[in-house]
Amino acid sequence: MTIELRCHVGIGPVVTGEALVADDNFSARYDLDRIKGVFSRPQHALAGQSYQDKILVLNTAKGGVASAWMLHEMMSRGIAPKAILFNRTNTILAQGAALAEMAMVDRFEEGDVTQLISTGDTVTVYPAEGRVVVDY
Amino acid sequence: MLAGEMGPARQWAINHQMQVGRMFDAVDMVTVSQAHMMADPESLGEAGVVFMERWAGLPADQRRVAIPMITDPRGVDLTYYDPLGQTEEMANLERRFIAACRAMGIIMTDTCINYQTIMPPVHGDHVAYGDTGVVIYSNSACGARSNFEGGPSALAAGLTGRTPRYGLHLDRHRRATRRFVVREQPVGLTDWGVLGAVVGRKAGSYWEVPVLEGLEYIPTSDQMKHFGAAMASYGSTPLFHLVGITPEAPTLAAVHGQNLPAEDITREDLDALRSDFGARGEMVDVVVFAAPQLSLIEMQQLASLCEGQTRHDRTAMIVCTSPSVYADAARMGFNGTIEAFGGKVLQGTCFYQQYAREIGEANGWVRLLSNSAKIVNILGGYGYKPALASMADCVTSAVAGEIV
Repeated sequence: MTIELRCHVGIGPVVTGEALVADDNFSARYDLDRIKGVFSRPQHALAGQSYQDKILVLNTAKGGVASAWMLHEMMSRGIAPKAILFNRTNTILAQGAALAEMAMVDRFEEGDVTQLISTGDTVTVYPAEGRVVVDY
Repeated sequence: MLAGEMGPARQWAINHQMQVGRMFDAVDMVTVSQAHMMADPESLGEAGVVFMERWAGLPADQRRVAIPMITDPRGVDLTYYDPLGQTEEMANLERRFIAACRAMGIIMTDTCINYQTIMPPVHGDHVAYGDTGVVIYSNSACGARSNFEGGPSALAAGLTGRTPRYGLHLDRHRRATRRFVVREQPVGLTDWGVLGAVVGRKAGSYWEVPVLEGLEYIPTSDQMKHFGAAMASYGSTPLFHLVGITPEAPTLAAVHGQNLPAEDITREDLDALRSDFGARGEMVDVVVFAAPQLSLIEMQQLASLCEGQTRHDRTAMIVCTSPSVYADAARMGFNGTIEAFGGKVLQGTCFYQQYAREIGEANGWVRLLSNSAKIVNILGGYGYKPALASMADCVTSAVAGEIV
């Protein structure tokens, strides 16, 4: 089965990957072990799980100005998600995605994106079109 | 610029700004008078330094920033890093980054209190500032206009002299959305930080603008600094208004706040926040004064409290200030008094941006005491057990080796 979701125009290239989904937030500085490529904050819903090459689907972005450099640093080592989909991003992480050339979109017309996509779904993100295709 | 006729750095910059602008529905760009970049080596990594070096190697007309551009605190005080447990590798990343910035014409102010020490923006001034504490102070106390510009976006603004016109550059995002009435007057710096933290937690979003009534006196610049820095840290909040105090809010109606429901901030709210951070009698490994860096006035206050006393053997004390304040404080003898007490004054760094996790591990620092509501919020994520007390109580605790 395939569904198509509409979102706000985003940032970065077209990518396809496997979804990793949680009704939780995202801080590059505090939630991740960026060397190992796993969620490391024990309280995080995805604690212990690898984010490498995943399409992350989360609620919102947290964290200070420093996080803008971090996605770029993660991409340079090849240990990074392919894309991040949010209900609502913040300005800093969107700026960080632009530097990193990582796909990022938010504001889905159909509602809460963490309920619309499930872990394991195959997701293709078209940031320039504001469109996401989900195969499940 | 987009066609590359002004070189690849400006081509990257304008392309970056157009992508970000599209995501936030900017219809055009706005000219900015200054840029301020947050870029510590811990977050830059090797990749970020290489990225900067690429632009720094271009011909002068292509690499130099177009407007005055300054920097946030660095991650390594190059005059004092080995004793903190910072490595030569960290220092070398820092040295390379500084060389790249200088080649681009970036002024290494290394400060998060540029609004107190360098050139404060004026009412209506559009700027591209990094560091959430700098942005909230500049928007609120000065009436300037800036979004939170992460390091790459501040750099892009420095190279192009403009930024996408979204968020706080627009009147409609500067109107109050939450209205609070202060029922318990803040007294010292830490009280103001706690009040800011409570408002930040309640507002809780980049797109909320709190307006406060009920303050019975006009805060000093240092009080406003702690208030704003804490609010931005707890709430990602970039702007507040204080009725009758800050420049955009001569009245509640001026910020469209008159029809918002009023919410009290009580002593219980403030006590609840304080109760998260520390208890009397706990031992203290390190007392930290930072976040934001100390002004010259705070340096004098701290030196006065330290005068004639010595810290406990088991309790270190770190003080972070800007290079310009450091030089003035040295001239006035404040640094000498603080160091005779057993503290260490660092220049151009801020504790949480200087590999806080690594220096904590290297020195065995876990139980940390500070008068900054911002830093106690951040450092829990870096393996510390942070506690909060006034500047005077922090000094007394450093002498006792435990929280008094």
